[in-house]
Amino acid sequence: MGWTGKVLRVDLTNGTCSDEDLNMEWADQYLGQRGLASKYLAEEINPKVDPLSADNKLIFVTGPLTGTCASTGGRYSVVTKGALTGAIACSNSGGYLGAELKFAGYDMIIFEGRAKKPVYLYLIDGKAELLDASEIWGTSVWDTDAWLKSRHQEPQMHVAAIGIAGENQVLYACIVNDLHRAAGRSGVGAVMGSKNLKAVAVRGTGGVKVDDFKAFLKATNDGKKVLAENAVTGEGLPTYGTQVLMNVIHEAGALPTHNSKDVQFDGARDISAEAMAEPRGKDGKPNLLANQACFGCTIACGRISKIDEEHYTVVNKPEYWHASGGLEYEAAWALGAATGVNDLEALTYANFICNEQGLDPISFGATLGAAMELYEEGIITDKDTGGLKLKFGSAKALTKSAELVGKAEGFGKVLGLGSKKMCDKYGKPELSMTVKGQEFPAYDPRGVQGMGLTYATSNRGACHLRSYTVSSEILGIPEKTDPHTSDGKAGLVKAFQDATSAVDSTGLCVFTTFAWTLEDIAPQVDAALSGKWDVDRLLETGERIWNLERQFNLKAGFTKKDDTLPKRLLKDAAKTGPAKGKVNDLGKMLPEYYQLRGWTKDGVPTNETLSRLAL
Amino acid sequence: MQMALVIDPGKCTGCKQCELACSYVKEGEFNPAKSRIRVFDFHQDARFVPYTCTQCAEAWCQQACPVNAITTNDSGVKVVHDSLCVGCKVCTIACPFGTINYNASTGKVIKCDECGGEPACAEACPTDAIVYMDVEQAGFDKMRQWAAQTDAGARA
Repeated sequence: MGWTGKVLRVDLTNGTCSDEDLNMEWADQYLGQRGLASKYLAEEINPKVDPLSADNKLIFVTGPLTGTCASTGGRYSVVTKGALTGAIACSNSGGYLGAELKFAGYDMIIFEGRAKKPVYLYLIDGKAELLDASEIWGTSVWDTDAWLKSRHQEPQMHVAAIGIAGENQVLYACIVNDLHRAAGRSGVGAVMGSKNLKAVAVRGTGGVKVDDFKAFLKATNDGKKVLAENAVTGEGLPTYGTQVLMNVIHEAGALPTHNSKDVQFDGARDISAEAMAEPRGKDGKPNLLANQACFGCTIACGRISKIDEEHYTVVNKPEYWHASGGLEYEAAWALGAATGVNDLEALTYANFICNEQGLDPISFGATLGAAMELYEEGIITDKDTGGLKLKFGSAKALTKSAELVGKAEGFGKVLGLGSKKMCDKYGKPELSMTVKGQEFPAYDPRGVQGMGLTYATSNRGACHLRSYTVSSEILGIPEKTDPHTSDGKAGLVKAFQDATSAVDSTGLCVFTTFAWTLEDIAPQVDAALSGKWDVDRLLETGERIWNLERQFNLKAGFTKKDDTLPKRLLKDAAKTGPAKGKVNDLGKMLPEYYQLRGWTKDGVPTNETLSRLAL
Repeated sequence: MQMALVIDPGKCTGCKQCELACSYVKEGEFNPAKSRIRVFDFHQDARFVPYTCTQCAEAWCQQACPVNAITTNDSGVKVVHDSLCVGCKVCTIACPFGTINYNASTGKVIKCDECGGEPACAEACPTDAIVYMDVEQAGFDKMRQWAAQTDAGARA
């Protein structure tokens, strides 16, 4: 129970859809979602395949708690070999699509091959078909969503789609569902585009059952109470969203600014949660209109915003005068601090464009930040940029670039390569703030030591969600550690990585872990599924998942050399703030981490480790 | 005292916990499509609006039912009796609000019955957008708020 027990396999090359049983043996070993689909991917593709070839597969996957009343139990993930990184990718999204998949009768969809012409999957209550997408190819995520609902006269349908960025295989294109929730990172949208798959449209009227309803209601109600009473999940996130972090991280001196030249941003206040809630000078209304929950979520950190109609970005574009998904912390940081832009309305507009065209705002903003440094250093000029003045702090450069990237037009085509390939192209690889080809998120590892090891060892390239040690190092959850010391961080990172791998495989949102430990989560999983799931089993499963992903990447050709950080973070000390004078101490943490993981000094899992984890 | 579900869309986040709770109580599974209360997402206006039967004092559904399968209980709630319902769907046509609906899997109509006085949706709502309260007091807090506002205006 917790599962429908059904997998939909879509052969895009031959245009067929077929049902198969979910591999319950793997579900027992890998739990669900991230873990389970990673197992399928590792079994079904050669890790060396070109991610944009027909040989790659694209998996939409739910967890056992997706579609239940567990708080935040609406998540799904997209698992594939990442277009941006060439590493195993798992991009997790909220909204309502994941639950709808379950209601339509499926736990997972596996897309394989490549369609000869653009298609979309129409899935309603156990019936799946591939239909012609030529009328929506070339349109935005938002227009695609509206077209599908109208075409099928199914307003309750939920849609995941790529925008033009995915069609053009921009390397950090994402998959957007429910208009503004996204499987954001690693270029999963580019993989979808390479398969000529425009959208997945789902409607389900079936139900989800769990193994022991009585125990499940008790466990989920207990969990909801913990979330409601916690300062972060009960108050901070609903009120301010993830943007609650902007001023906090700035003050901690860990806000990567101007392509990580700085660790604090003078304009942080202007683009913070507090600024979003204040009446604007121009129209007297706040940028933020409401908070929105994803399916089943009792936290509701999502932001719904409206751009000032008089702002230069939209003054002649009434099609943007409505409310839509507003700035989350990561987007606000990337579009703002990384580029030095403090114009909240311009950031909101760029964020709308990212949702509309299907771009990961983290990678886009971070890549633009790197381009700005190349421009200011004179490595690239107006000739390269087509006249775009890529100066740090220029809102116009930000919004114009956002418009160009998805279309792959002009300099947008270069920006669409991502920071690493772009900096390589201009002979300045050291200016790319990436690990394994993926741009950093919003925490500077000089000000939060654990995040350096987190980025360096993340299996999907630089990522904050693989082990969010900020929780401990800055916020003191579950216990405070000193952000400026690397002592003990190897153990902390390993523990967070294993726990997060498990949480990501349940169907729950990782944001619950501001309040929940595995002690809160285990009873929910245990009641939903037929086997016995306790904290130890979750942790062991998490460790198994981590090592499976690692094995995939090693087979794909990654080595110890890829577990590193850009020189800037290892050599150039933070210039201001509490971490002034600090660099990241990765060299000290990494060997200890390998040892704790049961890996060789070259970062390869030993036979003993593999057999202990039944890999 | 008559109790009623009082809904404040301004507090709703669109989480659908009400739909999950309702469908579990009524259908024994998590299934928003079978929920008697539904949340509507007017995303362009940033509004989420839960909607369900208002238990009309003179209920069209009840008057239209040809087999008297809909009765009024002590709390004024209109209750469908499955043993009597023949699934003719006339009530669904009569209801001006769309809140009584045909369930194809049972051949009966379904509507909110306030769970016999302990509505699961109100219990599950994390933001108090749905509360179960004395219908005569439902406007009291709103009146109080406006009284304060009016008085502040008068004093200014």
